[in-house]
Amino acid sequence: MGSRHALEVDGLWKQYRYGVIGHGTLRKDLQAWWARRRGQEDPNALVTATARRGRDGEPFWALRDVSFQVAEGEVLGIVGRNGAGKSTLLKILSRVTTPTRGEIRLRGRLSSLLEVGTGFHPELTGRENIFLNGAILGMSRQDITARFDEIVSFAEIDDFIDTPVKRYSSGMYVRLAFAVAAHLETDILLLDEVLAVGDVQFRRKCLGKMGDVARRGRTVVFVSHDATALQQLCTIGIWLSEGRLRQSGSASEVIASYLAAAMTKAASGPASLGPSLQLGELRMRPDPVVSGQPLSVTVELRSSRRLRITELCLLVYAPTGARVGIVDLRTSAGPYQALSDSVLQIEGRIETLPLVEGRYTIGLFVDSGEVREDFLDLQVVDVLSADIQSGLSAYSPAVRGYVEFPYRTVEVRQHTLNETRVATGARDPV
Amino acid sequence: MIRPPTSSWSLDIAGIWRYRDLVALFVKRDLVTAYKQTLLGPLWHVIQPLMMTLIFTFVFGSIAKLSTDGVPHLLFYLSGVVLWRYMSDCLGRTADTFGANAGLFGKVYFPRLTVPIAVVVSSLGTLAVQMALFLTMLAIYWLRGAPVTPGPLVLLFPLLIVQMAALGLGLGLTISSMTARYRDLTHIIPLAVQLWMFATPIVYPASKIPERWQWLRVVNPMTPVVELFRLAFLGVGSVTALGVVIGLSITAAILIAGLVLFSRVEKQFVDSI
Repeated sequence: MGSRHALEVDGLWKQYRYGVIGHGTLRKDLQAWWARRRGQEDPNALVTATARRGRDGEPFWALRDVSFQVAEGEVLGIVGRNGAGKSTLLKILSRVTTPTRGEIRLRGRLSSLLEVGTGFHPELTGRENIFLNGAILGMSRQDITARFDEIVSFAEIDDFIDTPVKRYSSGMYVRLAFAVAAHLETDILLLDEVLAVGDVQFRRKCLGKMGDVARRGRTVVFVSHDATALQQLCTIGIWLSEGRLRQSGSASEVIASYLAAAMTKAASGPASLGPSLQLGELRMRPDPVVSGQPLSVTVELRSSRRLRITELCLLVYAPTGARVGIVDLRTSAGPYQALSDSVLQIEGRIETLPLVEGRYTIGLFVDSGEVREDFLDLQVVDVLSADIQSGLSAYSPAVRGYVEFPYRTVEVRQHTLNETRVATGARDPV
Repeated sequence: MIRPPTSSWSLDIAGIWRYRDLVALFVKRDLVTAYKQTLLGPLWHVIQPLMMTLIFTFVFGSIAKLSTDGVPHLLFYLSGVVLWRYMSDCLGRTADTFGANAGLFGKVYFPRLTVPIAVVVSSLGTLAVQMALFLTMLAIYWLRGAPVTPGPLVLLFPLLIVQMAALGLGLGLTISSMTARYRDLTHIIPLAVQLWMFATPIVYPASKIPERWQWLRVVNPMTPVVELFRLAFLGVGSVTALGVVIGLSITAAILIAGLVLFSRVEKQFVDSI
């Protein structure tokens, strides 16, 4: 039984055509057609489409010949950098989009949860949204009625079930959304980044629930940047790189080699931060840096058109893949205005970097109007242990978490308990 | 089994049937949310056609003195306004299926046709309220002895609804498939719908269409619907069996064209958002 395949992906290719998708209005398409006829460049083509992918209309393969199988009851983790094809793969699996070539065989019903709360309507109550969302995800009214109480108690929203969800806190909203999806009675469940939301306790509960799901013989396909969560949940893994299957095997093996590669990869060449924004440079100095010492940061952004960068943060990830913290790069002077064909350089200084020694990876969160997204694995920074004056040997980094708290002993006092008892006795004679 | 799309089109009726609960919930959502945060709620369904009817009565009845074939002005215009409202609701609300649901379509798969089908059904809510208004008016006039004679053809009304739904849906699907790529069309549609209304016997009876414009009457599938409705409820209308058959054929052709276009676009739409 265990060797039956719930999911077989065979030679999957997906092609996107840049520049020929259409520009959204008839006028621009006519302009493009006229320009092509006269052998000129399309004035409305996306800049990166021409710069990165060559001529207008040249195909871009998001997936190239990807094949793998998942046996029933397995939890498959998919890892890969931004743009490696993970989301495209999930979209094809969930039938949101179609493959260009290849085929997929599914055994049983598949449901996907590419973003929690899809189709939630703010004016409807929690109860109404459970039914609506469940139906969108493919459940029948009977299924939902049967599991309604379970969903409500899992989401911990019993008292608010008849309140419109627009009055919910974001935590309640997410809990409800996850609860609906987690109770889907399907054979195969697709999950994308779901566990990146909610508070720690709820996240743990979700992880537990996903484990239960898998133990009950359901198959789960899971995509996340959080290697810790992947490692806890998944039994097998695949690693996608530039649309190709780079490695498949046991989850721990695949995740380990993916993390190792992410660590050694210095940011080679400019990374793309959206259609018209590139990362020119992301420099940390000194490198390596000593724990607790200051670190200067240089971020260089190249824009090919005018952009308003409203949000910009450094994201710091530990070797385990967990996010340690962020550095907010916004200034009180308002959003960064990047001019067209210009370089924007931001210099900053982290006053102290109290991290446990190890190799940390740096990403960026950018909202440029074009994209609002996390870009990961852009740079690595090595943190060395600070000299310990006491001459004590330090604990192993593996047990020390991520943060090195700056601590200094102020005073150590001591008195014996006997003295106190004697003193009390003296004041209060029996 | 997931395979690359083939060039032929397919209508996934089994899929839509499996998702019938979703259609019902979309309908419920539309009905429940339409009047949240409005003071008068569904009363708007009564106010809107009444205002429209009064304006028509004043402009076309009292000033332009257009004929209504002897039917009381108020009933004549109200019947046209109510019917037109349902068809144009179906058309207008399904015409933006892709645009309004881009976010949802990009994340979850379900038969896309469930959305426009739900729209056609939930628009029945408005129609029901407005029909109640019309029937009340009709009863008042009838009791006061106005020359209106509802007949057994009234029983055909459900079929007229089906035809209007099919027509509105077919055109809406066609438009939504075309606007998925060229949004320019969205600006033309309100204007085109308005023009079409004046080409339909809403503010004048079909019997008064001049000879040289008679072809308009034949190619417009809404003409027999409106005339048959008036004949059934008011006792005055000019319809021929041939006219009804032509109207039904054109409606069927439009619906099929809409379904074909829609099923083609739904496969590629997500890649072009």
